[in-house]
Amino acid sequence: MSTAATALRSRHLLGIEHLERDEIDLILDTALAMKEVGSRHIKKVPTLRGRTVVNLFFEASTRTRMSFELAEKRLSADTLGMTTTGSSVTKGETLTDTARTIEAMAPDLIVMRHASSGAPHQLAKICRAGIINAGDGTHEHPTQALLDAFTMRERKARLQGLRVAIVGDLEHSRVLRSNVFLLTKVGASVVVCGPPTLRPVGIAEMGVEVTSSIDRAVEGADVVMMLRVQHERMKGLFLPSMREYFTLFGLTPERMRRAAPDAIVMHPGPMNRGVEIDSEVADGPWSVILDQVANGLAVRMAVLYLLAGEEG
Amino acid sequence: MKPLLLKNVHVVDPVAGRNGRFDILVENGVVARVGRDLPADSARVVELPAGCVVTPGLIDIHVHLREPGQEHKETIATGTQSAVAGGFTAVACMPNTDPINDSAAVTQFILKRAADVGVARVYPIGAVSIGQKGEQLAEIGDLRNAGCVAITDDGRPVSTSLLMRRALEYASMFGIPVIDHCEDPSLKEGGSAHEGKVAAMLGIKGIPNAAESIWVERDISIAEMTDGHIHIAHMSARQSLRAVRAGKDRGIKVTAEVTPHHFVLTDEALRSGGGYDTNTKMNPPLREAADRDAMIEGLRDGSIDVIATDHAPHHADEKALEFDRAPFGIVGLETAVPLCFDRLVHAGVIGLPRLIELLSANPARVLGLPGGTIREGEAADLTILSPDTPVTIEARSLRSKSKNTPFDGWTLKGAVAATIVGGRTAYVNESILKGWADVGENRK
Repeated sequence: MSTAATALRSRHLLGIEHLERDEIDLILDTALAMKEVGSRHIKKVPTLRGRTVVNLFFEASTRTRMSFELAEKRLSADTLGMTTTGSSVTKGETLTDTARTIEAMAPDLIVMRHASSGAPHQLAKICRAGIINAGDGTHEHPTQALLDAFTMRERKARLQGLRVAIVGDLEHSRVLRSNVFLLTKVGASVVVCGPPTLRPVGIAEMGVEVTSSIDRAVEGADVVMMLRVQHERMKGLFLPSMREYFTLFGLTPERMRRAAPDAIVMHPGPMNRGVEIDSEVADGPWSVILDQVANGLAVRMAVLYLLAGEEG
Repeated sequence: MKPLLLKNVHVVDPVAGRNGRFDILVENGVVARVGRDLPADSARVVELPAGCVVTPGLIDIHVHLREPGQEHKETIATGTQSAVAGGFTAVACMPNTDPINDSAAVTQFILKRAADVGVARVYPIGAVSIGQKGEQLAEIGDLRNAGCVAITDDGRPVSTSLLMRRALEYASMFGIPVIDHCEDPSLKEGGSAHEGKVAAMLGIKGIPNAAESIWVERDISIAEMTDGHIHIAHMSARQSLRAVRAGKDRGIKVTAEVTPHHFVLTDEALRSGGGYDTNTKMNPPLREAADRDAMIEGLRDGSIDVIATDHAPHHADEKALEFDRAPFGIVGLETAVPLCFDRLVHAGVIGLPRLIELLSANPARVLGLPGGTIREGEAADLTILSPDTPVTIEARSLRSKSKNTPFDGWTLKGAVAATIVGGRTAYVNESILKGWADVGENRK
């Protein structure tokens, strides 16, 4: 394609919403090359030698942080991490001050996880470094959607025309929003499913079908993506009990039989077995959940490379 | 002080039924005469440039002056300077200061400060409940005697239906309204934007329209029961407007105000300029287009009584927080007139007389304040407007101590030329009124 992107248009990756389709393709194609690096005996390339990446995690994260750190190391970047729970304000510091402090160390990239939606967007307005959003509140988690798309493409050889069902806590999920932005851009058909108490008002206007019936959502799906339901949601007025949630929305082998014959099951992790997903499904032939983890590394290497790998 | 004769000036004063050329003689701080072909005698005669309009002083009945207690955001001095720069000769200030204005002592402090350093008239509004805690009635009689013109727990809703009942009953003894910040706390539940598509896309917890309209309907029902006067602050949802209209049709004493930002902006503003600008975070939130359009229709058809700014100054450091943690509110005194002209008058929604009703006559009527019309023997509180002069809003140039406005850089048509409080020039835009400084020798 003559108009295909050869570089990303922004120096930040704040979300999928403002990416063009050819930029998504570029990241996924680059990730394919990065995945090959991981199969070598020496799993390290000098691409980001001399570049500094700060991992700024304002919210607890295990898998995303480890995945980014490993991706940075494989690209030979210098990395430093800062993990703190809660907002900058709990330390008596504004977001702006935190940003200026980090900037004083002149990093090339900041990988940022924050409990507040939009925090990386606010920082991007005042930072010279490129910012990679590693999850902001209930807004976006762009590298998750990219690794999900990479995994779908790997298994299905296409994205356009795929039928994707996303099931679970839609309200509080950044994985949902990034996946909806991505999948609607690349021409997949998306159905989202969750109890109305955990479904943002206005979700239907984002170009997806909405249903409260998991059976209807899974019907004929090529991909079934399960979202985590946090235990604390069971306490408030969202849901009566885990037991009832599993009855109504849990993904069981019986329900999977409604999906397309070669359907795959995805989960961003960490899973609540017996709440949103039956172990037989999580560990069964449909599951690509561990592939997602492996592909996350390749996708994050691709994003780091595209944002910091070239002189810019 | 030498008398001032405004000669053959365009006067718009809907209460007096004036919309045409008149002379206004100001003497000793009061309007001595209004008429045609008044003799100059010893007065200094002033004519105004073409296009200027003289109106009764504008009155903003919803302002947070922040003093006492939050002087890093605003003071009575800076807040009233901001008011006169925005064309307002008087403001009513909300009681959510520190300490809360729930006692005559705080009211007296505010009035003393206003007399000492204020450049606009200041009318304090007292708290409904002690500490605005929603538990026990404040000494409303004492507050009224000290100078409060209304009561409210603004910043918070009047907590229970019973408290609202008692507040309306009790306040009716003094002929003052209860103003309510209508919001069902359980439906708001930590939200910081209008519940809808934009909040869904941005991952921000939403505040539904019903959080407001449920409370408006509650208040109107209680006003009907008690025959008290309920005034709905900063209305934003179309369902609330529907309730207000129905209440008025049934003869219930309900009045309502809307802010310029709620008839100009929608929640799409949260997505602009890279998104998550905390100057687009206010309570009630910027709603969707259908609500914005409903507010405009309510201003046009008379079901909304007042335009008030909900001037809510916050320090830049406070607004520099994450969107969900930043405080609600924007400054509004200095942007109201340009927004009203540009979006209502020049847009053909309402005429200038109706705008003056909304910004002067009705605010005075709703709170029972002096002013709202130009009347012989009363204080010369006048605003001179220049409807066709373009204005570019610059946040850093605002006279308010805080600069939290989403309108930075906007160019709008409609300016304030001068603000006269009690016959004194409290503000003049020299680029419109060249040489006015000579007239303004008596500037405070």
